[in-house]
Amino acid sequence: MGPTDAVAGAPWKSIETLPRNAGDDGTRVDHLVVLGLVPDGARVLDIGCGDGSLLALLRDRRSVDGRGIELSRAGVNACLARGLPVIQGDADTDLANYPDNAFDVVVLSQTIQATRNPRIVLDHLLRIGKQVIISFPNFGHWRVRAELAFRGRMPVTEIMPEAWYETPNIHHCTIRDFVGLCRTVGAEIEKATALDGRGRPMRYSMPWWFWNLVGAQGVFLLRSGGTDHE
Amino acid sequence: MDSTLTSDAEAGLRSEARPLPQGYEAMPATDPKSPVALFGADEPLAMDSGAALAPFQIAYQTAGTLNAERSNAVLICHALTGDQHFAHRHPVTGKAGWWETLVGPGKPIDTDRYFVVCSNVIGSCMGSTGPASVDPATAKPYGLDFPLVTIRDMVRAQAMLLDRLGIPDLFLCIGGSMGGMQVLQWASLFPERVFAAMPIATGARHSAQNIAFHEVGRQAIMADPAWADGRYFEEGTRPAKGLGVARMGAHITYLSEPALHRKFGRRLQNRAAPTFSFNADFQIESYLRHQGLSFVERFDANAYLYLTRAMDYFDLAEDHGGVLANAFRASKTRFCVIAFTSDWLFPTADSRAIVHALNAVAAPVAFVEVESDKGHDAFLLDEPALFSAARGFVDAAARARGL
Repeated sequence: MGPTDAVAGAPWKSIETLPRNAGDDGTRVDHLVVLGLVPDGARVLDIGCGDGSLLALLRDRRSVDGRGIELSRAGVNACLARGLPVIQGDADTDLANYPDNAFDVVVLSQTIQATRNPRIVLDHLLRIGKQVIISFPNFGHWRVRAELAFRGRMPVTEIMPEAWYETPNIHHCTIRDFVGLCRTVGAEIEKATALDGRGRPMRYSMPWWFWNLVGAQGVFLLRSGGTDHE
Repeated sequence: MDSTLTSDAEAGLRSEARPLPQGYEAMPATDPKSPVALFGADEPLAMDSGAALAPFQIAYQTAGTLNAERSNAVLICHALTGDQHFAHRHPVTGKAGWWETLVGPGKPIDTDRYFVVCSNVIGSCMGSTGPASVDPATAKPYGLDFPLVTIRDMVRAQAMLLDRLGIPDLFLCIGGSMGGMQVLQWASLFPERVFAAMPIATGARHSAQNIAFHEVGRQAIMADPAWADGRYFEEGTRPAKGLGVARMGAHITYLSEPALHRKFGRRLQNRAAPTFSFNADFQIESYLRHQGLSFVERFDANAYLYLTRAMDYFDLAEDHGGVLANAFRASKTRFCVIAFTSDWLFPTADSRAIVHALNAVAAPVAFVEVESDKGHDAFLLDEPALFSAARGFVDAAARARGL
């Protein structure tokens, strides 16, 4: 069952906030958020895994069997040096060959807005992973809205640093838009939260519409909604 | 570049009835200048053609030392016209080992840490039994009486060699092109004997285009009257012209258009203007003639027929019900697949097909597409991105194996 109303209140659980000292050791806070969602020993596929720092964190702290897909050769080489099995490829072309339920958890971090076909990508994620962790920049953030409303310009922010003519992000969405896509593809939202500008989960006492306004990123833990998706 | 060209490159390839080189027995086929493992009549090689090859021999080279646990063995599989001299001066050409860029002390495949073995494939002509070897039944060279060889036959023979050397399983199996085919065959045929596999610039099957190129090369050899239906040793001839033309054609496929343009362009060879003749006016012509000439000095024409055929027959998916993933279903091997952007003989799509099959069985696989304009031969050349990928993969695999 998907959410009944994305704005008035969320029927799913929020992702827990992190302790105040989280990330003090140099670990990326958004990686710690993912770490909190991945069970020990899970089989994990990280799509757009960069230099493999998240996979290495999950391997070292959760003993996961991790795999990765990364577009850049520099990233793949860094992963190879860490002993991580990572293939050079991308989410649009390299997901179709993975069998159903090949992984316990599939992670797509800050990438879905850069895919050519986010809906097909999300379908594949839900097919090959029992659970899906997905994060994306929230185009409903107040600064984005302000840029458009008051300056009439496409926004350039910390999390979306490129100008419109240079950005790889071709399919921006708001948190609310994403909830709508989840409903369309029959994904069940298990947990969700918004991250602030520093990548920390926001206090979950906040109402849902507030997240869509002040959250810099949305983070969702999904699973396939069962029969309506199969 | 020009200084390496011999003057007879200018004269083109002649196919005169040159005398046998100082006694047939002195050829690399029978005198490989490397260790040889002999397998007697009681140890036949069971071949895909149905033939049982016995007796036979495998010529090989090693570098490094096998550790007490016998866990640090690396098998290098050579390409079509390669040989066992991967880190050793070549007995015919005098050149350095063909993979000293990648293998040696302190190199990504570190001979101070690993025991590295490379054997001449069965069917070749550098000391392992092949069509240039003497058929014990007739006391003459096999010629075309030699049974057709497959990639799997080569791998079975290598496995027999490893048994002989007391190597239970491989830490790493690595090779490019036809060597990469052997790596894939190894991982499929003996999954429990391969800890890590690195197929480079290769494919799980030979494409129609590649079969076509090979057929042109074979026809060039067979069209040479000196080939004499493969009986040129007895006839006292050598099909140098046919083999040279085959090599010239094949060599083009190992390069790339940008690499040819960069190295040769339309530049003329030691002359200011075209000669209005069919002399080698262009540097690229002179270069190819030189490639053809130098190749016939070191390679047997019949072996070229057999090994090209082995590659043509290779189709790992076909051997597994048409589904490549089935070839790796039992695999616990960790893979690192490498392709080169300008390789049009084994384009990146061929490597991706391997990767996708491995993904389908959830095998641990890394894949790197190296940016290079050097074409298929990039795997043999100084290609830092290849070395860094190999070093990362091999070092991590060594840690995982406790080496």
